[in-house]
Amino acid sequence: MTLAAASHGFLSPTGVEIAFLLVGLVTLGAAVLTVTTRQLVHAALWLVVALGGLAVEYLLLTAEFIAWVQVLIYVGAVVVLILFGLMLTRAPIGRSPDADSGNRWAALTVAVASAAALVWVVVDAFRTTWIELDGPAAGSTAVTGASLFQNWVLPFEALSVLLLAALVGAIVLSRRTKAARADEVSRAGTPQGQQGGVR
Amino acid sequence: MNDALDVTLRLLVVFVVFLAFPLIVGQTEHKVMAHMQGRLGPMYAGGFHGWAQLVADGVKFAQKEDVVPADADRRIFQLAPAVALLPYLLVLLAIPVGPGEGAVGQAVDAGVFFVLAVMGVGVLGSLMAGWSSANKFSLLGGLRTAAQLLAYELPMLLTAASVAMAAGTVSLVGILDAFEWWWLPWQIVGAVVFFVAGLAELQRPPFDMPVADSEIIFGAYTEYTGLRFALFLLAEYAGIVVLCGLTTVLFLGGWHGPWGADGLGWVWTLLKAAVLAFVVIWLRVTYPRLREDQLQKLSWTLLVPLSLAQIALTGIVKVVIA
Repeated sequence: MTLAAASHGFLSPTGVEIAFLLVGLVTLGAAVLTVTTRQLVHAALWLVVALGGLAVEYLLLTAEFIAWVQVLIYVGAVVVLILFGLMLTRAPIGRSPDADSGNRWAALTVAVASAAALVWVVVDAFRTTWIELDGPAAGSTAVTGASLFQNWVLPFEALSVLLLAALVGAIVLSRRTKAARADEVSRAGTPQGQQGGVR
Repeated sequence: MNDALDVTLRLLVVFVVFLAFPLIVGQTEHKVMAHMQGRLGPMYAGGFHGWAQLVADGVKFAQKEDVVPADADRRIFQLAPAVALLPYLLVLLAIPVGPGEGAVGQAVDAGVFFVLAVMGVGVLGSLMAGWSSANKFSLLGGLRTAAQLLAYELPMLLTAASVAMAAGTVSLVGILDAFEWWWLPWQIVGAVVFFVAGLAELQRPPFDMPVADSEIIFGAYTEYTGLRFALFLLAEYAGIVVLCGLTTVLFLGGWHGPWGADGLGWVWTLLKAAVLAFVVIWLRVTYPRLREDQLQKLSWTLLVPLSLAQIALTGIVKVVIA
């Protein structure tokens, strides 16, 4: 990465830049469709397109490692989990008339606010940074790993502690509901007395 | 010009391999199953060893009417086979068959992540098929597919990470360059876990609960006919090719062999992958299907702890020899 020293002008974009813009448009379109479609499973599938588009954007910016991790975690795990949840509860084919939420304006406000905050932070942090697309990959696994474990170890460790806490929390929650249910069953069973809790 | 020609040639070779190898595995499966179970059918068509059986199957699939159920979500129903099949083509691009630059479709810097990520995408095809068919059996199949993927993706990733730790790189080409023969006993637990988890991800017997034909009528593929169904079958066999190739590259040393490293490396890769493919077929013929709860239990209580132990072992050995 070097300081902004564009060898070509703003109005004569290279092929990569055009591709970046087009993929960005597709990603944006898919993201909008994700939140506007009335068909629940279609929303999840549009999310796949949006997340895949993001991965392609990472690739175009030479951040190969991040791109594959994006596909692995989001498309391979998160979306599969969403689809699993949808199919387990209800996933009607066709439109769901109740797919609209009364909170849509609140949601829009939150979305715009967080987008503004993110754009502001990114622009402020990388204002003068220039990624040399033709040079050695700036986002290869080696480079990413070195910068992650040299400059960003503390946030990384903090995040892993957060994830560990979430993991422990999930286990505690699932165990407590099971214990509570067993408790309810025994309480409902004992006053009658005749049948007992066990068949 | 030369570059473009080179790229075209590589893509062409990978494409031909993608078309041919799954069919070879399919044909082998016919014959191996026929021999092991004394089946007469697959040994009859065309005379010698029933060589024409696969051709007959192909003709049969092409003749069948392409039916889309009335209540199905048409577009997703029709798109699903492609989503199931194409990822394997992409994965084949990244698997190196021999030493050096010339023997891999496209050397990917983060190869391990690439192949595992793209293989995971293939399962979306089964999910889409299961949901869009508007059929309870299909939906059940899709659900089981998703549950299976979530359970078995983790041990697969962890064992692949163990190899990456051993080699100090996540590039498939780099892993093969760093390979030593004593990695085989060192990573053997990881190899078994990876192979078993891969089988489960492909929904091959004994992990074929999501497609269990005798109880949920082929699960997500119940409503498919003709060529689209054939594409799903092809995806399964392409998956076998990819899994065997990956296990070979990650754990069995790929093109490394006792002799003939120069020039004959690709023979070793193919030989090892072929033996693994035979094992896949052998398992199908000999093992009964695991029940759904047994499937989940096997992954979470056995494979995940084993792969974590493998990572610990890899770390310890790595620190000791460093």
